Amino acid sequence: MSTSNLHQIGMTCSRSTTRRDVMQAGLFSTASVLFSNTHAATAPAPQALPAAPFKTKAKSVIQVFLWGGMSHNDTWDPKPDAGYDYNGPMKAPLSTNVAGIRLSEWFPKLAQQADKFSLIRSMTHGNNGHETAAYLVQTAHQPGERLAYPSVGAVFSYFRGKNYKGVLPPYVVLTQPQGRFSEEGFLGAKLKPFATGGDPNASRFEVEGVISRSISDTRQQARRDLLAKMDTLRQTAGGDAQLTASEQAKAEAYDMILGKGREVFDLSKEKPELRDRYGRHTFGQDCLAARRMVESGVPYIVINYPGGWDTHSNHFQTMGRQAPELDQGLAALLLDLKERGLLESTLVWCCGEFGRGPKIDWQPPWNGGRNHYGKVFSVLVAGGGFKGGHVVGSSDAKAEEVKDRPVYPVDLLGSVYQLAGIDPKAKLPHPMGLEAHVLPYGEEGVKSAGLLTEIM
Amino acid sequence: MNPPCLFFLLAAMTAAGAVDDTARKSTPAAAPSPAVKPTPATPKANAAKSPLLATASKKAAVPVLPPPQPKPEPKVEPPIYESTSPVKPAGEIDRLVMAKLAPLGVKAVLCPDAVFVRRAFLDVIGTLPTAAEARAFIEDTKPDKRRALIEALLQRDEFAVYWAMKWSDLLRIKAEFPINLWPNAAQAYHRWVMTAIEDNMPYDQFARDLLTSSGSNFRVGPVNFYRAMQNREPEGIASTVALTFMGVRTDAWKPEKLACMARFFTQVGYKPTSEWKEEHVFWDPMGTHTLAGNIAPGKASIEEIGKPAAPAQGVATTDAPALPATGEAVFPDGKKIKLPEDRDPREVFAEWLITPKNPWFTRSIANRVWSWFLGRGIIHAPDDLRENNPPSNPELLAYLEGELVKSKYNLKHLYRLILNSNTYQASSLLGDTKPEAHFARYPLRRLEAELIIDAINKITGTTELYTSAIPEPFTYIPQGEPAMSIGDGSITSPFLALFGRSARATGMEEERSNKFIAPQWLHLLNSTQIQKKLESGPGLRDIINARRTPQKTLDELYLTILSRLPTSAEVELALSYGEPREGLNKVGKPRTGKRTEEWNDIAWALLNSSEFLFRH
Repeated sequence: MSTSNLHQIGMTCSRSTTRRDVMQAGLFSTASVLFSNTHAATAPAPQALPAAPFKTKAKSVIQVFLWGGMSHNDTWDPKPDAGYDYNGPMKAPLSTNVAGIRLSEWFPKLAQQADKFSLIRSMTHGNNGHETAAYLVQTAHQPGERLAYPSVGAVFSYFRGKNYKGVLPPYVVLTQPQGRFSEEGFLGAKLKPFATGGDPNASRFEVEGVISRSISDTRQQARRDLLAKMDTLRQTAGGDAQLTASEQAKAEAYDMILGKGREVFDLSKEKPELRDRYGRHTFGQDCLAARRMVESGVPYIVINYPGGWDTHSNHFQTMGRQAPELDQGLAALLLDLKERGLLESTLVWCCGEFGRGPKIDWQPPWNGGRNHYGKVFSVLVAGGGFKGGHVVGSSDAKAEEVKDRPVYPVDLLGSVYQLAGIDPKAKLPHPMGLEAHVLPYGEEGVKSAGLLTEIM
Repeated sequence: MNPPCLFFLLAAMTAAGAVDDTARKSTPAAAPSPAVKPTPATPKANAAKSPLLATASKKAAVPVLPPPQPKPEPKVEPPIYESTSPVKPAGEIDRLVMAKLAPLGVKAVLCPDAVFVRRAFLDVIGTLPTAAEARAFIEDTKPDKRRALIEALLQRDEFAVYWAMKWSDLLRIKAEFPINLWPNAAQAYHRWVMTAIEDNMPYDQFARDLLTSSGSNFRVGPVNFYRAMQNREPEGIASTVALTFMGVRTDAWKPEKLACMARFFTQVGYKPTSEWKEEHVFWDPMGTHTLAGNIAPGKASIEEIGKPAAPAQGVATTDAPALPATGEAVFPDGKKIKLPEDRDPREVFAEWLITPKNPWFTRSIANRVWSWFLGRGIIHAPDDLRENNPPSNPELLAYLEGELVKSKYNLKHLYRLILNSNTYQASSLLGDTKPEAHFARYPLRRLEAELIIDAINKITGTTELYTSAIPEPFTYIPQGEPAMSIGDGSITSPFLALFGRSARATGMEEERSNKFIAPQWLHLLNSTQIQKKLESGPGLRDIINARRTPQKTLDELYLTILSRLPTSAEVELALSYGEPREGLNKVGKPRTGKRTEEWNDIAWALLNSSEFLFRH
């Protein structure tokens, strides 16, 4: 082996990535460019953003996250002419109450509410890994940084939580946390979402830690008193900073256990007909519980879809079971919010981390499944300042590529932040003192095609 | 009473030479002693009475019930959290720590035996002592029993299990996102770490194996060090190496400095095999692994090898005039070296790093070990060594480094020195912030997620389900395995996630969060999961149903949950909880026992007490 060879094979002190350059420019980013889409333009520099006097339209946000990645072809971007290899057993799409918008046969109820939501049919990030794509969709930052960015819910919690005086935590997940990445990111454990646990469709929604099956309030209070008396170390070392912080957290917990927050979870206070309209299944009652949280002022609610959409196999069977529940719950939620005059101030958005392969995989073991697909997929947005009855962007004839108006994660989240009055350029406190902003405008590899101004 | 006052008082007490206390014995009480508050004026009297007091007075009222300040005159019973025996420097560590404390007017106070046995079990093997183990130690009268306990714990099987858990955080052992080791590789990596700890592999060898190994990720555990990082570019590797073995965060370095260190890692190759997800880590001076299509052994097109690899992401070096010529690298201390062509540059780097002369290597590990036992580094944070972050006690750190070198990097030697010091064995009661950095006390710290759930399971005789939902087929850990033995950070439970188990994404110490947040309290205080364990776990049921007197049952609960016996005040409090029972029992006497529900509440209160949840 010759020296010259060795030298040529990258043994130079030149930077093998450019992250340092980016850091020097004051922004911390990774260099990996995951995007191949030709429509892309680099994100505008922060100053190019509308220097908005941010007017808060969305007081609360409900994010319905379709973990696993829901097929776009079979749901909100049907391509009836694409042929059997693309559509399988799907029948003709349904028309909706908005001329020109069609949904798949599994969404008859949403079809009656199409004037209340808009669809983005050109969402794209090109990433096909569950965790990395989930991270991209919910932070808009490139995966791979040493410290993970907080998800949009934690960012809400950080900015809105400061003056928040609600009876529930500012960031609630129904019912299980996603657990695939740390939603709180580098903002730390205090901004973790509160996960309710339990099942809102059960006879009693037993929110883990808040509503207990067997403990009466009297016993609850007696136990609290007993603990206070028996906590000998705390009495002896009362001034310790660790113990003081711990007592503070315990007091917050008791505010939930014995306070008014519990009533929000008591779905029996709703009319049975309304509960039926939402659907007597976990997702339907998740939606109802979310509406009750909106009424009590919770800024950010995530419904982590009970079940998954990662339908590599048994695709059409799973979809045939799940999609109608999604249809029922979501349609009832939008209608209910509208009827209560809450839709204007409540932003709803719904998507998975990616779509699914438009071309069906007939090979064993998939036998008619669909695989991960980040190149193009669909998002439903409604309320909180988003107009209804519109379609943003489109995919090509087989829903394989973005045809026009790509929407990147920064565009979607930037729009959500803008409507919620959160400055997407605002700084976040980074534990290692690095520059960190809500969204990665101007960083290398971050693509943007602009905010969703057409529906705002 | 404010802290300095307390310290003086206790210092005076201990100087008077009281005998070692033991926890209250459950023999019937003598008449309550007159209230004696130990003050500097009466140390002798107190000391003289101690042996008697140790067995006396079930009705004495220590500790005082809230509101705690100011304390009413307590009746004398040995304090729960402070020993009355004298603190004499046990060795060099104590001498160096006391040298810092003396000018501050602070004198440490030892912890009593019942506190020590719990502390040592948790700190050395991550496991709660059983009631029998706690009782045996407390009642043991041998003068050298603390040293003997430390020795026994260092030999227990759980030792390697617990310390492998700690190292797995720092070495980022996780099968899935964002580390993506893959399950077989995570298991191989963890097994290697645990075996190294079991064998007490010298730390210098441990570091060298991690830095220089080559081979399959499934077969050669330590090669996973180079795979367990999100950024496998040379700079990313350099950054991880600096954090792990130098305790240095490169984020604040000049980019050139990192780029120069990164040169040692430009020849790390990764190559898949025909086995699903198997990957070889190897010395790859020719950059063969970067060739497109060269994805499996034998598949490389032979003529491609030898051609230069695509100049990676290598932009020209014009922007970095400070950099040396190609083929050279620069160590973090500024020393330049021409990389030999016939050696793996990782070895060249390891040779520079792993020597007593290296300014970071020994210092970093000595400081880390100290922080693991004392809750705070002499340089703090322990993975933030830099010039403007000086040690709070340079002599102490230098001593620990020296001992490590002398013992040929025997970590157990360092553990022994620290564990046997009076500094480690100090009480955890109040100190103000100044002595905090000087180790006047053993600081209170919430237990790690794994330790809390393992302790609750041990007490209640219940188990947990630990799974990883990816990849398929899902992984399930056999029921009954303790959480701390799980090698792969992707295998988890809602409890572990809620209580701040490390995400193992960065290898930073602070990635594990042991600070209480409200949802954790909701879970401990009021979740169905914990309530079920209390109500139907065989562990507590057996204690409650064992037909003991209420007093004996309470003793057993205290020993099981808090590793000590209750004070007479605690006995009175607990036994008066709940409704008095009416009617007669089977033999025609008035019922005196408690209802199961009330016992459950008492156990619940103990499980939720600071004493259970915090190292103390």
